[in-house]
Amino acid sequence: MLGALVIVFREVLEAGLIIGIVMAATRGVEGRGRWVAIGVGAGILGAAIVAAFAGVIAEAFEGIGQELFNAGVLGAAVVMLMWHNAWMARHGREIAMEMKQIGSAVSEGARPLTALAVVVGLAVLREGSEVVLFLYGIFAQGTSGLSLLTGGLLGILAGAAFTGLTYAGLLAIPQRYIFAVTSWLIALLAAGMAAQSAQFLYAAGVINHLGETVWDTSWLLTEKSLFGQLMHTLVGYVAQPTALQVVAYVAALAAMFVLMRIARYRPQARPVEA
Amino acid sequence: MRHLFAFTALAALLVAAPLTAKAADEFTLTIKDHKFSPAELKVPANKRVTITVINSDPTPEEFESESLKVEKIIAGNAKATVRIGPLKPGRYGFFGEFHEDTAKGVVIAE
Ligand SMILES: [Cu+2]
Repeated sequence: MLGALVIVFREVLEAGLIIGIVMAATRGVEGRGRWVAIGVGAGILGAAIVAAFAGVIAEAFEGIGQELFNAGVLGAAVVMLMWHNAWMARHGREIAMEMKQIGSAVSEGARPLTALAVVVGLAVLREGSEVVLFLYGIFAQGTSGLSLLTGGLLGILAGAAFTGLTYAGLLAIPQRYIFAVTSWLIALLAAGMAAQSAQFLYAAGVINHLGETVWDTSWLLTEKSLFGQLMHTLVGYVAQPTALQVVAYVAALAAMFVLMRIARYRPQARPVEA
Repeated sequence: MRHLFAFTALAALLVAAPLTAKAADEFTLTIKDHKFSPAELKVPANKRVTITVINSDPTPEEFESESLKVEKIIAGNAKATVRIGPLKPGRYGFFGEFHEDTAKGVVIAE
């Protein structure tokens, strides 16, 4: 039972951290609860569909369908997070100012909300399909799987609780810093996803370079430990990264900063009346 | 439409063919009763290697390894292809995430 709890908890945690960050990043924006809920719902539905077609997906494209699928899901999430951060760099200040009086920024706020809802959906889709498959496996094993199932359900609860904790922890950050903090979190989150996505492309044989392991810090922190898992999801920590992962990570982070700078500078070049 | 489909499939095959031909180092792992056999797989070092994982169990399994950088789900009674390496000589542990207590193995690169 404990094993099942840990496996499911780990998957839910990954998606939950992302949901917690998204909730914090959209603090004060009207309608965010609905968008996040839509994202979660769509993600669960998608996960069930993906799980049902797991075999077909895996066999597609000469057996590299699953890698391409994962790379695509992660890549799409990275693009959405970049879009969100660029948008926030541009409008974050207005939203922060108008947070209490619902102004024009809020209706505009719906735009990054769709991007973030997609991110939530993709996170739930990716992690959720593993959970669904795992629970299905337990069901298929029959009655002996009952305690495993209990473990799995407890894992979901624990993961959900962790999501709440993440959100509460981020809420403790004073309002005027929250955009800066969540922008950083989202930038690191995206960089980690980009590294993972690139590694899936390598596993698929689409990329065939930079596959050497650069360093090994598994003696210090493995990704399997709870803290390692946290760091893996939050900042993309990998104990034994390949050169490709490092390059993708740095490139994504750099691209994010350039995008945010561009987004931030434009209103100055073309002043907007307050 | 059907012709187009067949043509696309043929084109995909032609593109994929050299890829498959290049992978001379192919190995097989079988999952049965939530255990891997062989539990120790010897592969050449400093080369990309392809492992076909056959899941003979009715339940899905996730082939996972931090050191091999693999994370792949194999449906019940199905097989999947895993590409690893190039590996420095050494031992690389892997496990089946859904049955971690029994499904364990190691890749030995030499
Ligand atoms: Cu996962």
